[in-house]
Amino acid sequence: MRSSNCITLGRCKTLRRIMGSEKEAEKVETKNLPNNGTMITPGCAVLLDINNGDKMTFAHLNKNASVKIGNTKCWLDALVGHPFGSVFEVQSGAKGGSFVRVSPSGADLRDGLGEKDDGEEAPGDEVKGKDNRSLIDNNTAQTLSAEDISKMRTEGVSGRAIMEALVANSATFHTKTAFSQEKYLRKKQKKYAPRVVVRRPSARSVCEAYFAKDPNKTGHLRMDMLSLILSLANVGGYAEVLVLDMLGGLLTASVAERLGGYGFVCSTYHTSKPQTIDMVRLFNFDASTSSRVVRAPASQLIAARTAASKFSTDSALQETDGEDCIPIILNEAKAVSTSPIVDLEDTPRLESEHTAKRRAQSRSDDFEPGKSIKPGRLASEEDMKRWGREGFTSLIVGAPFLDPWTVVKKLLPLLASSAPFVIYHPYLQPLAECMNKLQSERIAVALQLQEPWLREYQVLPSRTHPNMQMSSTGGWALSGIYISKT
Amino acid sequence: MSMLAVPTEQRSEKSRVICEGDVVVVYERHDRMKAVTVAKNGELQNRFGVFPHNEWMGKEFGCQVKGRNGAGFVYLLAPTPELWTLALPHRTQILYIADISFVVSFLELRPGSVVLESGTGSGSLTHSLARAVAPTGHVHTFDFHEQRANAAREDFARNGVSGVVTVKVRDIQGEGFPEELAGCVDGVFLDLPQPWLAIPSVVRSLRPDGLVCSFSPCIEQVQRTCEVLSKHQFADIRTFEVLLRSYEVRHENLSTSFECSEQTFSKEATKSPPHKRQRGEVDEKGGPESEGHAEDPNGGSKTAAGSIVKQSRPVIARPYPETKGHTGYLTFARQATCM
Ligand SMILES: C[S@@+](CC[C@H](N)C(=O)[O-])C[C@H]1O[C@@H](n2cnc3c(N)ncnc32)[C@H](O)[C@@H]1O
Repeated sequence: MRSSNCITLGRCKTLRRIMGSEKEAEKVETKNLPNNGTMITPGCAVLLDINNGDKMTFAHLNKNASVKIGNTKCWLDALVGHPFGSVFEVQSGAKGGSFVRVSPSGADLRDGLGEKDDGEEAPGDEVKGKDNRSLIDNNTAQTLSAEDISKMRTEGVSGRAIMEALVANSATFHTKTAFSQEKYLRKKQKKYAPRVVVRRPSARSVCEAYFAKDPNKTGHLRMDMLSLILSLANVGGYAEVLVLDMLGGLLTASVAERLGGYGFVCSTYHTSKPQTIDMVRLFNFDASTSSRVVRAPASQLIAARTAASKFSTDSALQETDGEDCIPIILNEAKAVSTSPIVDLEDTPRLESEHTAKRRAQSRSDDFEPGKSIKPGRLASEEDMKRWGREGFTSLIVGAPFLDPWTVVKKLLPLLASSAPFVIYHPYLQPLAECMNKLQSERIAVALQLQEPWLREYQVLPSRTHPNMQMSSTGGWALSGIYISKT
Repeated sequence: MSMLAVPTEQRSEKSRVICEGDVVVVYERHDRMKAVTVAKNGELQNRFGVFPHNEWMGKEFGCQVKGRNGAGFVYLLAPTPELWTLALPHRTQILYIADISFVVSFLELRPGSVVLESGTGSGSLTHSLARAVAPTGHVHTFDFHEQRANAAREDFARNGVSGVVTVKVRDIQGEGFPEELAGCVDGVFLDLPQPWLAIPSVVRSLRPDGLVCSFSPCIEQVQRTCEVLSKHQFADIRTFEVLLRSYEVRHENLSTSFECSEQTFSKEATKSPPHKRQRGEVDEKGGPESEGHAEDPNGGSKTAAGSIVKQSRPVIARPYPETKGHTGYLTFARQATCM
């Protein structure tokens, strides 16, 4: 955030402050930091936040990976070895752009200037005799021509130097208010020295990036909704969560992130070819976390559950006293093995547990775009049996093109009694109908149909207000607690 | 059964049934529930009757139990941080699910994370922080009010989260967070009257790229906090407000008869729809059914012709007329990663 007293600084100081001076790179002591995913490593996935959210893109840092910024092809090798959260400036040269790490100060372009169309003068700019009344906006104020600039660029003059030249050749720069000076510089900076924050892909950052840039891929799931879902579904270490994820894998991955290698997320499907959950690959999960992502066709989960409940009621009759749970388990084992064994040939896109683990372990060394890893091994027979017997600890449904009640009717009985469930939908009416059905069937309590609302603020001295633009819907969530009728 | 899930190997048949010492959430209605510790010969009394705990033991979580000599029944639910937030004793203002869920996500907490919190207050948020960092992480929570800290510590023990939560009495605005944790903290949450006073200590505590969140009801508090955060080189300083709107769902009879000639004038069409029970209205007889699902969803009104119109009343949804309009602003910032 800039304080309003910056008007008293000379123009060079203003420039330096925006560009981030060396002096400001005051070091926060880095205690021997373990690399628990906080460092950018070869092969890992990164989220590139270019010019403060103007563009956001994911990249896997394979050999010779590049990204296009403006018209410049920029090589990504230079990112490796720096911590996530680092800020880079793109410097164009003859052979394309390169990333140079810069001090993070001033990197937060969102303050004030990030607000597009916010052309008003700040009330905080209380410098007498200096406002924009005498500003004439014609192109004569700048004596550098477009050709001059493009020549400088092809000669490999740094963006910073171009900006300095622009300021030096501007007749009006010094007559502008600090606010306008900064605005001008930021505009030029975006063009000549783009800033890139390398963010660590996480549920938060991936959800935000898709919501901002490609919301259709994630069913318009907004991050406050995703947060709500994960809480309502009681996701945490050792949970065994059933998800129907038709949001590209965002739900599956977000649950896996919260499991942190403990428990399971079972990403189920009803079609013969499972829907993709490839977004899981963006999360840089370690081997133990990846191994917790499994897939299973809904039909088999249902068969396992039905078989288990049949046997437990049978054995409950024999069990009257002196209960011994070993025979029950044996019975169940037999019951489940009679259900059809998963045919790997039918689901060629899935991997066995073994290869998934092996690949996950070697992933940071030889991650190549051609050999894409399909996330999620097929659930083992043992897993299926356990879920049949005990039920899942919660259910999350994100299927924007399915009728919620149709789905829930089938999947709710896969839950343990007292397990919470959440159904996300971008439309209200189907959830209302579903809630109504759940009420009349009496298989759930604590039913809630909710809609989140999220507003972001610009906070600046004397210039605090909500952002001019906001998302007007985050979809709806129907949640409740499953009550088995037995 | 603890509020935190246990690994499969440690799960027995027993852990899915109610045992002595367990906390169960006794659910009457969505806005009426109570956390009860199951005790031998214990008893719960409410408007639905008398419930001897002994009858609960051995039953599955989620079961329905009838009150002895009573008029209704309740459900016995397994405790979760969400249910706890709705059932807990308020010793202070508390955070609710909208803010809580957003905080946990935006602090990017996961198993193994180390998180600092102040003040502990009633521990509403703490339970969700605990779930997020368990089984390998830790929540260090501080309140300068000794009684509150002690009461919260008891709650954490009772709910089985104390393995990952440490409560200490400390004036965070005055003394800051303890030095021992400097540099290795992943996330900090502040719900303090003057959060900016704690920021220098937050800087010392956080690892590079670590996150801080401050919750404040007033915009002036936010203003000062943001100023101090930016002075300390924090990146990505962002302030949000998050709310939830709840919907009521029921059948509504919208007449399609709109004959304008006098002869066919129908009384039925102009009659105002029958009064529907709404949430919050006390139903003396009902159990949890009074939540609205006691209504026969298909029970259409009789038409003039006398036939029951099944399925003719469409399901409608509308927001409850009143809701929380403001809780607080959430300001997030990321500790700079320096070169
Ligand atoms: C609103 S409550 C926190 C509620 C909590 N977030 C929850 O969800 O239950 C604020 C707490 O901060 C504590 N507090 C106020 N000033 C403090 C200080 N300087 N140091 C530590 N705790 C403080 C108060 O005692 C109070 O319990």
